[in-house]
Amino acid sequence: MEDIISVEHLAYVYPDLDGQKGTQVFENLNLTIESGSFVAILGTNGCGKSTLAKHFNSILLPSGGKVYVDGIDTSDLNRVMAVRRCVGMVFQNPDNQIVANVVEEDVAFGPENIGVAAPEIRRRVDKALKQVGMYEYREHAPHLLSGGQKQRVAIAGVIALEPKCIVLDEPTAMLDPRGRRDVMETVEKLNREKGITVVLITHHMDEAAQARRVIVLDKGKVAADGTPKQVFSQVEMLHKLGLAAPDSVELCWALRQKGFDLPLDALTPEECAQALYDWLKT
Amino acid sequence: MKPILQAEDLTFVYSIGTPFEHKALDGVSFSINPGEFVGIIGHTGSGKSTLMQQLNGLLKPTSGRVLLDGQDIWSDKKFTREARFRVGLVFQYPEYQLFEETVYKDIAFGPTNMGLSREEIDRRVREAAGFVGLTEQQLEVSPFDLSGGQKRRVAIAGVIAMEPEVLILDEPTAGLDPIGRAEILGNIQAYRQAKNAAILMVSHSMEDVARLTDRLLVMNGSKLVMDAPPSQVFEHVRELLDMGLSIPQVTQVFLRLRELGADVKNVYTIEQAVFELLRLKEGKGHA
Repeated sequence: MEDIISVEHLAYVYPDLDGQKGTQVFENLNLTIESGSFVAILGTNGCGKSTLAKHFNSILLPSGGKVYVDGIDTSDLNRVMAVRRCVGMVFQNPDNQIVANVVEEDVAFGPENIGVAAPEIRRRVDKALKQVGMYEYREHAPHLLSGGQKQRVAIAGVIALEPKCIVLDEPTAMLDPRGRRDVMETVEKLNREKGITVVLITHHMDEAAQARRVIVLDKGKVAADGTPKQVFSQVEMLHKLGLAAPDSVELCWALRQKGFDLPLDALTPEECAQALYDWLKT
Repeated sequence: MKPILQAEDLTFVYSIGTPFEHKALDGVSFSINPGEFVGIIGHTGSGKSTLMQQLNGLLKPTSGRVLLDGQDIWSDKKFTREARFRVGLVFQYPEYQLFEETVYKDIAFGPTNMGLSREEIDRRVREAAGFVGLTEQQLEVSPFDLSGGQKRRVAIAGVIAMEPEVLILDEPTAGLDPIGRAEILGNIQAYRQAKNAAILMVSHSMEDVARLTDRLLVMNGSKLVMDAPPSQVFEHVRELLDMGLSIPQVTQVFLRLRELGADVKNVYTIEQAVFELLRLKEGKGHA
């Protein structure tokens, strides 16, 4: 499978501000993201997750090294629009991302901006709203929607641009449990059914566990990279970095601390219950 | 014990007499004792934020009363003002409300407004900074040079410095990593224990409220639908899911265990789960 995003020897220093020396976030970061994959990025506040995400669609440009998106060098200023059509971003606060007074107009904002013809805009808006399950709300006012609904409208606005990849920076941080479930289901479906590459930045370990690959960043470096089972079974490492595993793994880990032999790769309540049941029987 | 804060049949209607009229709170009653840690859960739009703003007099109820130490907070103007200091409110993402040149000045803003002496303000600023783990040196820096988690602690210290008897927080850990979350929740516990303050915390994390609170208020469709300890609230799995809420992950594990045929009690935290599993395992060993 080809790579949709390729980060090569990335260095990034935030510029000096008001005489304050800028912060070096990355020195030499290397990673690639496969086309069609679903990748979660974890790390403590300040580890560089959001800075990295902003390199994926030319919001930030490398101080050294290169980031390629679909083969395009993101620092090639003539190709910025091509990069942004390829990678769409969704941020934490839905209220900062909604611009129109009617849901369908908000979703049409992106395609209008890139000069898509009117009948094609109509088609894309309807399709995008159906994909996120918000079609019946197309004539509603966004400010009267719940947080999770607003966030799904923001996602529709991004997929109306028909990107190959969407990057979501803590999309569920402000949402209630149902809003979180709906956004995660939407994202998972876009990946599975439409083959859109998903990069999900999150502090919720149970959400990261739904991805197919988890990358842990620490102080601008990759501290772990593998399947959710591989990464989350390294509980001590995660604790040392100020992170945690999903509660089902934490529970098995706590029992292991008491000297019992339980697996550390039970990521879902079902898997965990089965492992505990088998252990209780022995 | 005499309650410190009581809500009596609180009702609040937004935009009365317009096409946008909306009942955000409908007949809500509860009381909170000094030192109690109470969680509020509910979906977006269930009335949690409106309720918070009623409790320290930022919004006047359409009907019903809020009693602070037995007195209606709207009974006279002076008392309404007093209530805003005695019931401290920490909004969502409070770090966006920082504005002073130094951390010290930002934390001092509230106590200064209370008209306290300079010595008393100084004592309170330092004590509040201590509760949230800020160092002496950090008091002199610009709050805008701090990390997100530190900024949030400055904002919380600004409210703690008013020494409220009731501290209300709207999702104080949203957007923080696990360590940052644990630190802020620890800070809140420290303040509660030192001052015997009542805590009222709005949260979307079922795990956090299960672990920390003595009692949960569940809001749904502008009404208070449950008022009980977490152990009782999380028994109502179906209702909670229908309300757009959820149950802690370990509770889900244990429900599944029961479906598999294990004779386990319900649990809500990892500690309880470990205890219960060891009890079962050992019980079996002896059998």
